[in-house]
Amino acid sequence: MERLTTSAPGGTLAFRGLTLGYARHPAVHHLDGAIPPGSLTAVVGPNGAGKSTLLKGIMGEIRPLEGEVVRAGLARHDIAYLPQAAEIDRAFPIGVFDLVAMGLWRRVGPWRSLKRHRDAVEAALAAVGLTGFERRPIGTLSGGQLRRALFARVLLQDARVILLDEPFAAIDARTTDELLALVHGWHGEGRTVVAVLHDLDQVARHFPETLLLAREAVAWGATAGVLTPDNLRRARRLCEAWDEEAPVCRVPPARPGPDAHPQSHDHGSPDPAPHDHGSHGRHSHGHAA
Amino acid sequence: MIDLLTAPFVEFAFMRRALAGCVALSVGAAPVGVFLTLRRMSLMSEAMSHAILPGAAIGFLWAGLSLPAMTLGGLVAGLAVAMLSGFVARSTVLREDASLAAFYLISLAGGVLLISARGSSIDLLHILFGTVLALDDDALVLLGGIATVTLAGLAVAYRPLVMECVDPLFLRSVGRASGPVHYAFLALVVLNLVGGFAALGTLLAVGLMLLPAITARFWALDLSGLLPASVILALMASVAGLLVSYYASLPTGPAIVLAAGALYLASMLLGPRGGLVWRLMPARHLEA
Repeated sequence: MERLTTSAPGGTLAFRGLTLGYARHPAVHHLDGAIPPGSLTAVVGPNGAGKSTLLKGIMGEIRPLEGEVVRAGLARHDIAYLPQAAEIDRAFPIGVFDLVAMGLWRRVGPWRSLKRHRDAVEAALAAVGLTGFERRPIGTLSGGQLRRALFARVLLQDARVILLDEPFAAIDARTTDELLALVHGWHGEGRTVVAVLHDLDQVARHFPETLLLAREAVAWGATAGVLTPDNLRRARRLCEAWDEEAPVCRVPPARPGPDAHPQSHDHGSPDPAPHDHGSHGRHSHGHAA
Repeated sequence: MIDLLTAPFVEFAFMRRALAGCVALSVGAAPVGVFLTLRRMSLMSEAMSHAILPGAAIGFLWAGLSLPAMTLGGLVAGLAVAMLSGFVARSTVLREDASLAAFYLISLAGGVLLISARGSSIDLLHILFGTVLALDDDALVLLGGIATVTLAGLAVAYRPLVMECVDPLFLRSVGRASGPVHYAFLALVVLNLVGGFAALGTLLAVGLMLLPAITARFWALDLSGLLPASVILALMASVAGLLVSYYASLPTGPAIVLAAGALYLASMLLGPRGGLVWRLMPARHLEA
C-alpha cells in the first residue's frame, strides 16, 4: 500500500478511546480503531451520529474530550480536508483560479511565485471540468461548480490523507460520477481517502471499507459486512438527541500505548475532566465489528 | 485655475506638511480599510478608534500635548484591546464583534474618566479631532513610518491575509499562519488609527481609512483594482479637503473626511460597478 514518497511506516490514522463532542456531550464516543494508509473508507450513519465531528477531530479543529487521534508520521499539510459547509466568504472578490491555487500553499507558501505552478492549476481545473472559469469571481459560481473548484483545490494539495465531508451533497449525477472518478484516482495513487456519505448504494459500489458510526462504531470493516440490515437498524436506534440530564461517563479513559491499565482508574474519585454521557442505559457497550 | 489648486501648497510650508501627512496616511490606511470592509469589520475600526483613547489620554496626562507620548499610549491601549478581543474570539464562544465591543467599551469609559479627571474639554477636542495643519517633523516621520510599515506588512502577509479572509478554515487546515496573520492585521489597523489621530483625530482617522475603501467597491471588481482605487480616492479626498479648508477657512479634518464622503456619494450614484444610476438603466441581458 506504501506507494507514496515516504518510506516510514507512518500514514495510519489511529483512534485510541477517542471521545469528541461539544460542551462535554460526546458526539463520538470511545472510538478505537485505525484507518490504514492507502485505504478508501466511507463513514456512514444517521444524522447526528458524529461523522463530521470525527473528521474535525482528525483535522484537529476540535480537541478530544478524551482519548486521542494518532497521526503517525503525518504532518498538518499531509491531511487535506473538504468540509461539508466550507467557511468560504463567497462575496469576497477573488477568482476561481486564485481560490484553487490556495491548494499550492505547502509548495509556494506566502511568498513564492505561482508562475511555475500555473500549469498545475490549469490541469486541476481541467480535471474537475472548470476550464475557462479561471477569472470568474467565486460569487458567480453555482453550488456544484464551487464544489468542483474545492475538489480541484484538494487535488493541488497533493495530500497523503484526504477527508471529504458529504462531498456529493446537492451535486448532480454526472458531476458526482466525475468527482468519484477523482476519488478512485486518489485511491489508485495510494492516498488514504475518508468520505462521509449518505448514499448507501454509492458506498457499496465505490468504497471497499466502511465505518458505520452512531456516536460509537456500530460496525467497521469491509463494506459488505458492515452495511447489513441488522447493523443499520442498530445504528438508527442509537438516539441522536443529547440528554441534558446525562450522567458523567465512567468508562475509564484509555491510556496511551497498548498496555493500558484500566484497573488503576479509581472509580471513587472524581474524573479530572469527565464528560456527560448522552446514551448510557439505552444501549450496550458491545462493539459489533 | 491650476494656480488655485497649487498655490496654497507652493506658498505655505504648513500646507505642504499637511499634504505630506495626508499622502502618507492615504497610502497606508486605505488598503487596510479595503481588507476591513471585505472582512465585514468596517465598524471595528470605529470601535478601535475609541479604544485607543485611554492610552492617548494617559500619554497626554503624562507629558502634555506630546505626540510621541500620546502615540505610544494610544498604540499600547489599541494593541491591548485588539489582541485581547482577538484572543477571546479565537478561544471562546464569543464572535469577534462581541468581544471587541466589550473591550472597547471598557477602554473608552476608562479614557473618558481619565480625561475628565484631569484635562479640560478643549484637550479632549484636540485628541478627538487632531491638528492636521500643525504637523511637526516628528508627526511627519511618524506618519511616513506607519505607512512604510503598513505597506511592508501587507506585502509580506498578502497571500495568507487573503486566504484568511476568503476561507479561514482552509488556512487553519494547511498551516499555522492563521493566528499570526489575524493578529498582525489587527495590529496594522491600530497602527494606522493611531497614526491618523495625530493628523485627523481619532474619529476622523476612521473616515480616511474606510470611506475610500468602501467607495472603491464602485470602481473595481477585485483586489488588484480595489487596493489602488482606494489609495487614489483617499489622495483625492485629502487634496480636495485641504484646499476647501484653506479657501473656506474650515477645520481640516472634517473637510477631508467630508470630501471622502462626497466621493462616496458620487461613486454610489455613478460608479461603473453597481452604481445606482446603472441599476436604474439596466442593459439587456446576454445570451449565455
